Amino acid sequence: MLFTSYEFIGFLIIVFAIYYLIPKKAQWPFLLVASYTFYLLADPRYLIFIAITSLTTFYAAKLISDKKEAFDVWFKEHKKEYEKEERKALKAKEHSLEKKIFLACLLFNLGILAVTKYTNFTIANVNSLLSAFGRADGISFVNLIIPMGISFYTFQSMGYLIDVYNGKHKAQDNLFKFALFVSFFPQLVQGPISRYHELSETLFAEHKFDWKTVSFGLERILWGFFKKLVIADRILVAVKAIIGEPDTYNGFYAFAGAMFYALELYADFTGGIDITIGVAETMGIKVTENFIRPYFSKNIKEYWNRWHITMGTWFTDYIFYPISASQFMMKLSKKSRARLGNNLGKRVPVYLSSFIVWFTTGIWHGASWNFIVWGLGNFVVIMISQELEPFYRWFHSKVHVAGTFGWRLFQVIRTVLIMSSLRMFDCYRDVPLTFKMFGSIFTKSGLSQLNLESFMEMGLTNYDYAVVFVGMVVLVVVSLIQRSGSVRGKIATLAAPVRFIIWYGLFMATIIFGAYGIGYSASQFIYNQF
Amino acid sequence: MFKKIIAGIIIVAISVAGLGLVTKLLEPKYMSGILEGAMIKEYYDDPTEHDVVFIGDCELYENISPVYLWENYGINSYIRGSAQQLIWQSYYLAEETIKREHPDMIVFNVLSMKYNEPQNEAYNRMTLDGMKWSKSKVDSIKASMTDEENMVEYAFPLLRYHSRWNDLNEDDFKYLFHRDKVSFNGYYMRVDAKAAEDVPEGKPLVDYQFGDNAYYYLQKLKDLCKENDVELVLVKAPSLYPYWYDEWDKQMVDFADDNNLTYINFLDLQDEIGLDWAEDTYDGGLHLNLSGAEKLSKYFGNILSEDFKVPDRRGEKDLENYWKTVENRYDAEIARQQGNLEKYGSVHSPDEK
Amino acid sequence: MNELLEILKDLHPEVDFETAKDLVDGGILDSFDIVSLISEINEEFDVTIGAAELTPENFNSAKAIYALIQAKLDDED
Repeated sequence: MLFTSYEFIGFLIIVFAIYYLIPKKAQWPFLLVASYTFYLLADPRYLIFIAITSLTTFYAAKLISDKKEAFDVWFKEHKKEYEKEERKALKAKEHSLEKKIFLACLLFNLGILAVTKYTNFTIANVNSLLSAFGRADGISFVNLIIPMGISFYTFQSMGYLIDVYNGKHKAQDNLFKFALFVSFFPQLVQGPISRYHELSETLFAEHKFDWKTVSFGLERILWGFFKKLVIADRILVAVKAIIGEPDTYNGFYAFAGAMFYALELYADFTGGIDITIGVAETMGIKVTENFIRPYFSKNIKEYWNRWHITMGTWFTDYIFYPISASQFMMKLSKKSRARLGNNLGKRVPVYLSSFIVWFTTGIWHGASWNFIVWGLGNFVVIMISQELEPFYRWFHSKVHVAGTFGWRLFQVIRTVLIMSSLRMFDCYRDVPLTFKMFGSIFTKSGLSQLNLESFMEMGLTNYDYAVVFVGMVVLVVVSLIQRSGSVRGKIATLAAPVRFIIWYGLFMATIIFGAYGIGYSASQFIYNQF
Repeated sequence: MFKKIIAGIIIVAISVAGLGLVTKLLEPKYMSGILEGAMIKEYYDDPTEHDVVFIGDCELYENISPVYLWENYGINSYIRGSAQQLIWQSYYLAEETIKREHPDMIVFNVLSMKYNEPQNEAYNRMTLDGMKWSKSKVDSIKASMTDEENMVEYAFPLLRYHSRWNDLNEDDFKYLFHRDKVSFNGYYMRVDAKAAEDVPEGKPLVDYQFGDNAYYYLQKLKDLCKENDVELVLVKAPSLYPYWYDEWDKQMVDFADDNNLTYINFLDLQDEIGLDWAEDTYDGGLHLNLSGAEKLSKYFGNILSEDFKVPDRRGEKDLENYWKTVENRYDAEIARQQGNLEKYGSVHSPDEK
Repeated sequence: MNELLEILKDLHPEVDFETAKDLVDGGILDSFDIVSLISEINEEFDVTIGAAELTPENFNSAKAIYALIQAKLDDED
């Protein structure tokens, strides 16, 4: 069920109505039913996977949490009976038991993710290795289903498990509540990856119908649909045309394609998250923000703190920090400092951890070399900008541009250009082609190549481009206003007729200018002579 | 509190009115170029109590002239026709017609037996959008939808036609709240002629058997008429193309025999009708022009009056008045088309699309 | 405490670490800085800070970081 389908809207209306009609005690159990129904409608087989992850994680976390608690109580009472060394040994023994349960559950669930998502990728790579050694008979691919949203819910569950293991919070006692946390339908397909201690604050609470919350949620949903339907799905036609014909559209067009894709991806992804957060909000549930105007970032590191935030913090908290803080890294740090000197030596472990994080981030996005190279590309850019920091410091001490509008604009444009270039890996068929197309921007672009007519052959008319352009202006204006606080909050203070015009206007614009339905798909509504 | 309720009502009213207006604006009007899309809707404006209702595709609405039937036989008839009308659409139109006015006779053209599945979204729309909402319409939509279609888009046509915003023209504003008549009791008129030459023989088919679904609705149509005591007459118009196979014809003959129905294949009666393919068709044998349609109407009218005893209602005051208006439009349209033909060599004036 | 301030100054010479109270939430220390910091602390104080302790609350001010180190040192004894 796509967010932009009539079925989803129908599903939402039904869920919403029931949610506020039933006794408040039944609200969260109903959401669990709704979420599993949502999943069931996609494919009944998926249910097994999400149920297994929910069950194993729930019991492992509960076991760890209960043991911890029991041990703490016992330890407090009996502490004085033991010597310091004995106490340490007791703690270590307890800890190693918890660790076993923890690792078993972690590896099991990451194993499911790895097998479903990466088996065929691994086979493909093994085969090309084999053929490099002259073996033509490769392993045949297996036909595995990839459960919807598995990357998201697995990460969300594992984050919970790690937090419980680290004693950040206690485990959830109710299996069904935990199952809802894993399967909450608005965020099942594309995130955000919520943290248990945040989402649980509102997810299981009783919510009575509050007009302000509900209307804010509906406004957020509408804004999401506007971004997705009016901007993203429309410009997508041109993006597909450009990346579909790399022989025709190279040089300047490849650049235009990358720019269009930057807009498409932003509007589509943030629009989807707006719908997710809005849907949760209409039911009084608070889902973490996932984007804070990322294209306004001054550098790539900041960009990654503002784009797909919940994924970034997940990788930081659960991969980057554990690796960086591990005994191995501490030892490596000491060694590299001794060998390479303090300055360079201390960066080796950070970069090594960072490399691992970006490799994983890449492969998490998709089982292909394109994503791996994309992830490592991010790593390289961040490393370079880290290394250039002394240079920038020197530069700013000589030239006083920092903080000026021009400099900030330069930074923003730089961010957009770098990220769009990296994202070309996401667009083109394979890694060599991506490099070729990126190269063509510099070798083949030229005024002689530029022909506005070509843009009319990409499946969009000048009307479409006008709509996209106006939509983009609206996006930018809204983002600018948002810097000083919630746009919905600001609109809410306006006079009623103005408010009505704004929201009704947005609704109408979405309905009329949205790229959806038969009129927009391949079979245009052309009346032929019969 | 009271103020709030009033404000709420006003907001809802404005919202709904706005949506309605935008829907009306963006709906295709079918007032020039493709007039066929406007025909189903027109039916509801005219007085009912027709004795004969023709239901079917272009082989009826371009081939039979109710005006001629009225003028010469006093037969009060209407053609509920639309482009590529599929048999289930005909069935539900029949269902609606019987509920609405209970005619004595329904004439159905059997060409659409060759379609067993939903075909084309654009044609569906032209048949279905014009119908008034009823169970028949809903059922007809359900039976007609192709995979890409959705009931929601029929209920709220704005969702279907929203993308016409960059296609709006004068007609969309001119016909925002009203439509002109495009047909003459369902008849679509053409006065020009383009001779039928070298009409190809039908290519051999793998399977001549009409589909189960088509038969299901033909059976249903027969049962419906029987239950309501409406005489059902099956016809095959004399159009040369699409090709009508002998194997198909036999199936219809058998069906009519088995069910005690009249089936007339006008293809076999071309000489009796007096059709001249050099001058009685405007598109080389697919459809008849005015002269052809009047010849067929003369022949068929005779059958209806003589064999089926369809009453001559000339002299009924209200009907006379009504038909007078149709005749006036009919004559004016003939004059207009002939004028254009002389001036431009086409029935369409250059400013028509 | 002074050793710690020394380490912090090394990372960001332009920040006044004695008064700053939102080092993480204010975006002064990012994940790279934090990781460098814990390896420096490991070197200087010989305490190991685990990944689970790398929270904004523990790193928002020099005082908080120092408290974390102290707690670790006490635990060792």
